[in-house]
This record gives sequence, C-alpha cells and structure tokens, in this order.
Amino acid sequence: MQEGRTLSTREINRDLLRSILESPRWFWPVVTVLGIILLVAAIAIGIMVNRGLGVTGLNRPVAWGFFITNFVFWIGISHAGVMLSAILRLAKAEWRRPATRAAEVLTLFSLMTAMIMPIVHTGRPWRILYWVFPYDFARGIWPNIRTPLVWDPSAILTYLTSSTLFVIIALIPDFAVLRDHTTGVAHRVYTLLAMGWEGNARQWKLQITAGVLLSALILPVFVSVHSIVSWDFGMAVAVKTWHSTVFAPYFVVGAVHSGVSAVAFVLILLRWCYGWQDYIRHEHIDALGRLLIVVATGWFYFLIMELLFGMYGREADELAVRGLQFTQWPYNAWFIVFVVTTYFIPVILWLSRAWRRNLWIMSIACISVNIGMWLERFLIIVPGLVNKQVFSFTWADYAPSPFEIIIVGATFALVTMLMLLFSRVFPLVPLYDVKEGDILKTEVKVGRRTVPATFRED
Amino acid sequence: MARRPILGLFDSANSAADAGDALRQAGIPDTDVDFLTDAPYPEGAFGEREEKHRLYIFPFIGGLLGLTTGILLTSMTQVAYPLVTGGKPILSLPPMAVVTYEGTMLGAILFTVLGIIFESRLPKLKAGLYDKRITEGYIGVLVNTEETQHGQVETALGQSGAVEVKRESGQ
Repeated sequence: MQEGRTLSTREINRDLLRSILESPRWFWPVVTVLGIILLVAAIAIGIMVNRGLGVTGLNRPVAWGFFITNFVFWIGISHAGVMLSAILRLAKAEWRRPATRAAEVLTLFSLMTAMIMPIVHTGRPWRILYWVFPYDFARGIWPNIRTPLVWDPSAILTYLTSSTLFVIIALIPDFAVLRDHTTGVAHRVYTLLAMGWEGNARQWKLQITAGVLLSALILPVFVSVHSIVSWDFGMAVAVKTWHSTVFAPYFVVGAVHSGVSAVAFVLILLRWCYGWQDYIRHEHIDALGRLLIVVATGWFYFLIMELLFGMYGREADELAVRGLQFTQWPYNAWFIVFVVTTYFIPVILWLSRAWRRNLWIMSIACISVNIGMWLERFLIIVPGLVNKQVFSFTWADYAPSPFEIIIVGATFALVTMLMLLFSRVFPLVPLYDVKEGDILKTEVKVGRRTVPATFRED
Repeated sequence: MARRPILGLFDSANSAADAGDALRQAGIPDTDVDFLTDAPYPEGAFGEREEKHRLYIFPFIGGLLGLTTGILLTSMTQVAYPLVTGGKPILSLPPMAVVTYEGTMLGAILFTVLGIIFESRLPKLKAGLYDKRITEGYIGVLVNTEETQHGQVETALGQSGAVEVKRESGQ
C-alpha cells in the first residue's frame, strides 16, 4: 500500500501549504456563494424566531422533524473523523496519513453544525442557557439528570472539547512549519500557535505518544456520543419503534457508515481542489472503500435486527408504525430509496476494485450513502410520531416547510465553508505525518519482485 | 563559564547520526545534545538519549478528578431538586453513570493535553538557537555546552558533514 513516489520535504511543504500561502482562483467566489446561502438561512431563522415555530411543518404530535433529523445526521458524520483517525492510528495503518486531519476537522465542524440544530429547533434560542444549564441558584431549579436530553449535551460537549484538543495538539508541529514559511502578521500568529516548537526528539516522542493516548481516550467517548444520541429516542417509552435496545450499536455503526463515506468524499474533493494527487492517492480511496463494505454490511445487519425484533412481537402499535413505513405514501417510497441508497448501490459499486479507484464512482457511492443515512434518521423520527396513539387527542402528518428545507440545506453550505476556511489557514493534510511516512518508506526485494514496504515501530 | 548553544545543520540523517557519534567521542554528554527535525524519526535513529516522560500519569489524575466532579454534580443536583419522576429513586445510579462517565473521560483528556504540553516543555517563551531550514528537511544538531568546548564541537560537527554551523548572534 505504498504506491506514491517519495517526495522531498520541500515538495511536501510546497504542495500542502499551497492552500494557505496562495489562494486558488475559485476560492473566494465559492466562499461568497456559500456565504449567500448562509445569509438566506440566517434570514429564515430570523423570521422563524420572530413568528414562532408555526412557520415550520412541526405540529402536534410531530414535534421533531427536519431539524432533529439533521441534528442526528451531522452527529453521525462527526463520528467518522475521530473514529477513522483514532482506529487507524492505533492499528498503525500506513494509509491513514493523508486522511486523518481532514477527518478530524470534519468531525469538529459537523459537531458544531449538529449543535446548532437543537438550538434552532427550540424556537427561542436565547433561552437555551436555561434549558441546558439550568443551575438556577436563585430559584432552586436544577436539571433533571435522569433525562437523555441532559446526557446528550454532556456527551457532545465532551466529544467536541476532546476532538478540538486532538486536532490542536496534532497541529502544533505544522504550526511550526507555517511559522517558518510566513512573514508579517501571519508569522506572528503562527509563532504564537507553535508555542516555541523546535522538533526535538522529546517533543516528537510526546507527539506520537499523544496521538496514540488521545486516540485510545477519545474512542470510548465517540462510542458513547452516538449511543446517547440514540437514547434520546430509545429511552422514550411512549413512542413506538423508538424504544429499541439495539438502537445504540445501530446508531454507532450507522454513524461510522455515513461518516467514513463523507470523509472519503471530502478527500476526493480536496484532491481535486488542491491538486493533491501525490498525497490523496487511489490506494487511499480504495482502502476506504474496502473498509466501507465491512461497515455497511455491519450496519445492514443491525437494520435487519431492528426491523425483525420490532415486528416479531406483533405489538399492534409497533406494527402500525411499520405499516406506515412500508406501505403508506410517501414513507414507503422513502424507505425503498433509503435501503437502496444506503446499502445496495454503494456496496455493489465498492465490490469492484476498478470502481473503488474511480473517483467519480466513489463520489457517487459516498453521496448515495449519505442521502440514505439522512433518510434513515427521518424514517426513524417522523413515522413514530405520526402514528396515532391511544388517548391522543390530535394527530397529523408532517411535511417540512420551506423554512426547514432552507435551514437544513444551509447546514451543508456551513460545513463546506468552514472546511474551506480552515484549509485557507491550516493544512488539511498533516505535513509531519506525510513526511514520517516517507522517512519510513522502503523497498524490499522478494524473489524477482521489488515491493514497497514500511518500517513500523512498536 | 556560561553555557551557550551551537547548531549544526545536516542534509541527511546519516551525517546527523555521525555528528552524534563524533560529539560523544569528543566527551559531550548526551544530555547536552538535541536533534531537531521536521518529522518524527524512529527512536534512536541518531543515537540520541532515551527520553523519559510521565505522560501516562496525567490521564489518571484527570480521570479521577472528572469522576469525582461527575459524581458530585449528578448526586448533588438530584438531592437539591428532589423531584420524583416515574417512581424512580431520587438518587438513581444509571443516569448518574452516564454523566459521570463523560466527566471522567473529559477530565482524562483535558489532563492528557495539559500533560503533553507540560512534558513537551511547551510553551517555550524564549526562542533558542534555530534555523528555518529545519522545516525544509534539514536536521539540526543543537549542542548546549560550555563556551570552552565550542571549538571542539564545531570541529566535530564540521567533520561529520554539517552544511553550516551556527552560533548565537553576537558571538
């Protein structure tokens, strides 16, 4: 798995700092377009705050719709980053090197975006402080820690803090490179960020140990976050199809599935945008494709388990929701699209080595997974609430309003813009990691063949 | 006599390692020599001293502090606002475990990060002798020694193939 040519340090610096030291022509026009989309969304949020949640399609009993679906979706995407980076780091997988930083940064920005969704969903965002941190000493009101809606922010804030620190620690050596390649204000800022890093043996030893140690510490947090997000639903006894014991692992595997696909797509985009063909190579995308076959199949197994255990007991309410999902328009159509786009289309494409190495086909497969995974969350959340329940005095169907569609659509623009702005000031491919890979790269002669090999330290 | 740094720049790992050997032969202790690189090399690649650290203690301390904070926060919150919901006990352990777990992990990670910075001896407020070419792939051999030994050090670095030997400005 070492197909690329060995590059000199100067070439690596030149190529990977290009996005920072010189702005590509397309950069500011693209950021402007994304900014306009965000402005439209901000106006939509403003109108919604002014007029109330009545402008959305939310109603009684469907109190959770597009916003919460999108919240779960972005939490899912955020799982790829640290999972990919941490597991591959711990496994010392050589092909991780160009992928880790982009994956970790995608984690940060998708987590931040996810956190915006419940705040927007509240309708009165300025009151969020009272709901999330209601330590009100004057009135003696305290949070009810028995609800998953309190566990959720505690888990997400832990994950966001950990992931941010993980990214910053790994950036320190690259800040030093930037410090040495810039002048003026930029030089002063990078000097401050590099904290006097000089790259001695002790600092490198700590940096490598830190990568492994933080990976090992963040992995259990990553598992807990999506488990707890699933408990927002799983712990709710009242809503049928939500109260499932399999939800935690099902959500975690689903998150990995959508997240790793998103990382693969981001890497392909970075390769195209910045001409990083020597760094993000076909072998890396191929490896991600193979990993995704396993993840997708694991996810499919959990989907079958969820459906099987839901229906096997033949509880009337459970069957009613399933009936809604499988037979009633438009949910039945969305269900078919969901299963086909999440599993069958991508996995069939990933089974072929040639297709895994075709970046267009890989992009289609990765986008397909994420369309499906977004629908999955929608089909978990909405039909359970739409279903008429005993003693319910009102029930209604749900259709998103243009406000919800604009705001949800804008979250994709937000993550893209944040990634682009990040790439303008910090390297999205870790320079020292790539350089280390080249230092350890060698060739071994086996019989008549010379094969690429890598030295690996214990 | 004052100790001052002297920096030799090398364009290959082999010659930097040779410089390490030459310095050792010249009687310069390993503790006075540092190898500055732009990427991590395998440990011992330059024959450098083994670096000891206590990073592994930090997550344990942080984890314990986080655990304690989590237990106190959840138990005191429940006791302070004793609202019985669903017939469950006021001090209910399963939900406490969730928040306490997150607190423990957060504490462990925060302290690990502090440990990394502390053990890496960062931030280094006063810039030492350095050359920007180190981040261009050159290897710096930094020797912090008595001024009387500088001649000896310079010879050892030069004979090992240093591209340039630098002293602090003003010397």
